[in-house]
Amino acid sequence: MDNLQVRIWRGTDTGDFQDFEVPRQESQTVLDVVTYVQRKCDPTLAYRFACRVGVCGSCAMTVNGVSRWTCRTHVSKVAADNRLEIAPLRNLPVIKDLVTDMREFFDKWARARGRFTGSKTRKDGFAAVSPESKERKRVEAGIECIGCGVCYSACDVVSWNKDYLGPAALNRAWTLINDVRDTDRKERLAAVAGDAGCHACHTHLNCTERCPKGLSPTAGIAGLKRAVLAATLSGEI
Amino acid sequence: MSPRTQVLLWGAQRISAMVLALCVIVHLVTMIYAVRSGLSAAEILGRTQGSAGWFAFYALFVAAVAVHAPIGLRTIISETLNWRGRGLDVLTGIIGLGLAIWGMRAVFGVFSGGGA
Repeated sequence: MDNLQVRIWRGTDTGDFQDFEVPRQESQTVLDVVTYVQRKCDPTLAYRFACRVGVCGSCAMTVNGVSRWTCRTHVSKVAADNRLEIAPLRNLPVIKDLVTDMREFFDKWARARGRFTGSKTRKDGFAAVSPESKERKRVEAGIECIGCGVCYSACDVVSWNKDYLGPAALNRAWTLINDVRDTDRKERLAAVAGDAGCHACHTHLNCTERCPKGLSPTAGIAGLKRAVLAATLSGEI
Repeated sequence: MSPRTQVLLWGAQRISAMVLALCVIVHLVTMIYAVRSGLSAAEILGRTQGSAGWFAFYALFVAAVAVHAPIGLRTIISETLNWRGRGLDVLTGIIGLGLAIWGMRAVFGVFSGGGA
C-alpha cells in the first residue's frame, strides 16, 4: 500500500500545516493516522481522544475540509487519493494543533438550560413514560448526542453569529422540552428564544448532514421555533 | 430588542412570506394574462382604476413586502457586518416604512389614475 500524504494543522488560531508521511494500513482510521504521527513523527503534536469507539465525542476534527469524528472515520472513506488534511474543529478557539477550547460550546448548553430539572425525590417511584407517546418519540430522536461538536463546527450560523447557541445545545433543549418529567419548560423556552436562539437557524441542514450519530438537530430546532412562538403568543413566556 | 419581540418578528416574517407567495402568483398570472391578451397600459389602468378589489390586493402585497423585507434585511446585515442593536433596528424599521410609503403611493397611482 502507498504511504499517506498527511497535512496537519500546527499552531493556535494562527499557524500552518505541517506535512507528514504515514504508512497506509487496512481498516485505518483518521485517529490512527494522527496517533501514528504523534508517536512516530512528532511527540509535540497535540490532539484529544479518549474512547476510540465513537462514544465519548472527544476526537472530532476537520478532515479534508469536513467536520468528522476521527475514531470512526476510515481513511478509505475520506482519502481516496491517499491525501489527508487534518485541522481542528471550526468555530472554536484553538488551544494547540488539533485541540480546541470547548468551553464556549458547553457554556451554550448551560445557557440553553440543557440540564434536567425534576420535581421528584429518590423516595418517589419511577415515572411512567410510554415509549409510544409523542413526546418520548421526539426525545428518542435526539437523545443520543455525544457532544462531539461536529454540528457546531459545521454550522454556518455559528460562524456568522457568535451568540448563536448552536445545534447541539438546541437539540438538548428540545429533548428536555419533550421530557414530561422536566419542570423547567417555561424558562428553557425563554432561554432558546430569539436572535441568539432557535430562530437564528436558517435550516441549512449542515448539522444534520454531518452529525456522526445520524441525529437531526434541524428537526429539533424547527420544533423549538414552533413551541417558542406558541408560548409567546399564548403569553406563557 | 427583547427576545419576545424577536420571536414575534420571526413569526411575522413567516406569515408575510406565505402572503407574498400567494400575491406573487396572482400578480404574475395576471401580468401574463394581460400581456398575452394584448392589453395596453391605458386599458390595464382602466380596469384597475376605482377597483376596490385590486386596491385591496395590492395594498396587502405592499404590506407583506414592508413587513417581510426589513426583517430579513436585519438578519442579513447582522450576520454579514456583525452589526446588532438599536441602530440596526431603527435603520431596518425606516426601510420598512419607506417600502410601505412608496408601495402605497404606487397602489394609489393605479387605483386613482396617475395621481401619484
